[in-house]
Amino acid sequence: MNGLDILALSASALVGLGIYGLLAARHLLRRVLAFNLVGSGLFLWFGAAGARGGVGVDPIPQALIITGIVVALAASALGVALVVAHARLSGPTLPEEAPCDPEPDNRA
Amino acid sequence: MMALAFDVVLAALLILAALAAVAGRGLFRAVIFFIVYGVLVALAWARLGAVDVALAEAAIGAGLTGVLLLAAHGRLRREGLEADPGAGGQGFAAIGGAGVALALGWAWFALPEPATATRAALDSALPDAGVGNPVTAVLLNFRSFDTLLESIVLLAALVALWMLARDGAWGERLGLPQHARPGGVLASFGRVLPPLGLLFGAFLVWSGADDNGGAFQGGTVLAASLLLAMMAGLYLPPRIGERLWQSALVLGPVVFIACGLVGALVWGGFLVLPPAYAKGVILAIETGLTISIAATLALLVIGPPEQAHNSGGAA
Amino acid sequence: MTPLIWLVIAPLLGALAVLVVPARRMPAVALGAAAATLGAALALAAQVAGLGPRTVLLGGWTPPLGIVLKADGLGTAFAVMAALVMSGVALAARHELAPDKAGARAAYGFWPLMLLVWAALNTVFVSRDLFNLYVGLELLSLAAVALVALAGSREALAAAMRYLLFALTGSLLYLAGVVLTYSAHGTLDMAMLLARVPATGDGVALGLMTAGLMAKTALFPFHVWLPPAHAAAPAPASAMLSALVPKASLVILLRVWFEAMPDAAGDAALLVMAGLGAVAVIWGGVQALVQRKIKLVIAYSTVAQLGYFIIAFPLTGGDSAVKPWSAGAWTGMVFLALSHGLAKSAMFLVAGIWYSACGAQELRDLKGLARALPMSAFAFALAAVTLAGLPPSGGFTGKYLMMQAAFVAGLWPFALVMVAGGLLAAAYLYRPLAALFAKDEAISCAPVSRVRQAVPLALAAAAIILGVLSAEPFSFIKIGKPDAAVEGL
Repeated sequence: MNGLDILALSASALVGLGIYGLLAARHLLRRVLAFNLVGSGLFLWFGAAGARGGVGVDPIPQALIITGIVVALAASALGVALVVAHARLSGPTLPEEAPCDPEPDNRA
Repeated sequence: MMALAFDVVLAALLILAALAAVAGRGLFRAVIFFIVYGVLVALAWARLGAVDVALAEAAIGAGLTGVLLLAAHGRLRREGLEADPGAGGQGFAAIGGAGVALALGWAWFALPEPATATRAALDSALPDAGVGNPVTAVLLNFRSFDTLLESIVLLAALVALWMLARDGAWGERLGLPQHARPGGVLASFGRVLPPLGLLFGAFLVWSGADDNGGAFQGGTVLAASLLLAMMAGLYLPPRIGERLWQSALVLGPVVFIACGLVGALVWGGFLVLPPAYAKGVILAIETGLTISIAATLALLVIGPPEQAHNSGGAA
Repeated sequence: MTPLIWLVIAPLLGALAVLVVPARRMPAVALGAAAATLGAALALAAQVAGLGPRTVLLGGWTPPLGIVLKADGLGTAFAVMAALVMSGVALAARHELAPDKAGARAAYGFWPLMLLVWAALNTVFVSRDLFNLYVGLELLSLAAVALVALAGSREALAAAMRYLLFALTGSLLYLAGVVLTYSAHGTLDMAMLLARVPATGDGVALGLMTAGLMAKTALFPFHVWLPPAHAAAPAPASAMLSALVPKASLVILLRVWFEAMPDAAGDAALLVMAGLGAVAVIWGGVQALVQRKIKLVIAYSTVAQLGYFIIAFPLTGGDSAVKPWSAGAWTGMVFLALSHGLAKSAMFLVAGIWYSACGAQELRDLKGLARALPMSAFAFALAAVTLAGLPPSGGFTGKYLMMQAAFVAGLWPFALVMVAGGLLAAAYLYRPLAALFAKDEAISCAPVSRVRQAVPLALAAAAIILGVLSAEPFSFIKIGKPDAAVEGL
């Protein structure tokens, strides 16, 4: 097992942790955070794969990753703003995922 | 052996920080661990020798995303909404996470030998790209359409964010009002740092052509300076629709598309850059992009207009 | 300057332009951009019909270095459909999203967001680069989430949040597949991938991309975000969201399976996917049947319709010696998707008129409305003909082709599902129609101009015309049709 293997495997674990957080966390801010873990883990895996040639990281993945980091930032910015706006109206979790729903939405 | 030990330690720290960010107690600590994690990721990129990505990850991934999360946490705490209800549906989530992690781990060992044709094509095209840094060449020449769309994605996120304002606050200045004490630490920092940030940001863009850096990294540094100046009370955040700011937001994409159209009309195809002009055109695009990225990122952090400011006139 | 470039650049420039003009000029500038984009789509269609698929190497670079845009029959047909729907949406939004009706905030944001959605759609319809498609999809998702949040209500923000979470998870899964693909093959270009040496991990890559795209398309079981999101938005936004946005990830799904990696498709995976599609057809239909709000009926109908598209995957084939039936499910599915887009946008626009003119939100509010606004009721009825798959609509042509393929392929259970789905559609659309044409009910509606009512009518009529003409669109869609769609997966 060499350094790249270790990096790639830990990157896979980071993606898994992120997916877990994205699915399990109730507080929406933590879900946005978990989304970023998945993204950066995925990019790290990609970088390790691009470094296998032995002459540094392939520049094309590097460029794609920089694009991906910026896109993830854009999505996170919208995500946290949505969390704040949503929380002000109805709390920091999505309605049916709240531990105890204070009042069910009764507008049939 | 030393290098391997470094990799093992780095990998362990990465996983620990990620674990603390995902499953640790308390939202605030989760955000702090996320920022630590971002710094470690930047370190991993430096270890791989990808300095451009390390810069982007440090500035954007750890820095700006961290600031966004911290600011959101602050806003939630002010309204008592930061209590973390913990996790739900853990079994399903654990299966999903483990499944994807195993699939990626398996796929790593199933990868065929790296394809060399793409790298060879890149190396032979690089002398015609106008810039010496291959990453910049990919971003602003070979795959410039991605970068154009990416700058539009940032703009789309900003317009989307503005739509989250309450109707009553629409037309007010962006964000919450800031209260920096004149003569306080923040105010002095806010005076000294922005010009330095401006210089450093400009340097990163210029150096990105042949060395490390680029419009996104430079734009982030500029955005940070802008934010600092606004937090120190040197400038008031703008209102949506102010002509100067709106122009700054669209400048980069407009210059980008204009250069692309010149390529279509004069040089034989959309976004085509002939080698003789490539460097000049790329620098023009990067300058425009840096201004737009700095403005967009700063406004993304400030957020939608939230309430009537004292200076905002009638409420 | 080729129409293929204008198709992508015109809405982009429009979006940038509306952000710098004063707010009161926004609708006029946006309509100008809409006219330019519609023109580009029609010019491109004329070119493709006359000369075959059009290709542009962006920046002049060939893959694997550069990005290729290629307009074939499929992509161009979707671009023309989107242009018709978007033009209708823009005309409707001049009234529905005027500042005095929708508020200054929504009136400001709608125009750039609409043009950004359009630019992203057109990019996705013509791009052949897996990562470029990812960036296009992200642009689409962020703008679409904002459109869901536009109403600003508590429900709208909750729906937008849930949509964003699904969209983000979906794009990460898709991106994971793209990362695996590039790492194994050193290219992102679909034509190069088709000619690749298959690798062990291709199945995993295809699976990740498929799961991500299914979440983005709201294919069952990833559909839960769709009905609240589509129902929460203002009607012109709902029309875009329901008629067009799911089509982008659907087109990528089609291209990944049929144009990039048809060899990686396993029979079992195909049947599982189609099985999920069948459940979606029934589940969406039943849910639509029990809803009380008009917009939720229309939104659940989208869940059901999306199921048909995925049923088509294992049914593909035709024209070949191996599976010698005449038409092929692939073409039928494209027909269905095109007519669904036209009919669904007509329905949401009509629902918007009913809400803003008569305050009608629930089915029971519709009683006798046909007498007050006959043109809009007729438009709804025409769109219903298409969604139920009755002749002579485009929906009928599409379903007919798919059912024929199902019988010949020996997969007759799917044909039964399609029949059941059609019956369910007839049932859930009968309820609003019966209310609309109910007699002896007086309803008071604000006057609605004929032009406003004509827009959805034209869209609904276009879906019928698609079926009446049949032969021309049929041969157009087949221009540049991938081999795998002819031979089957």
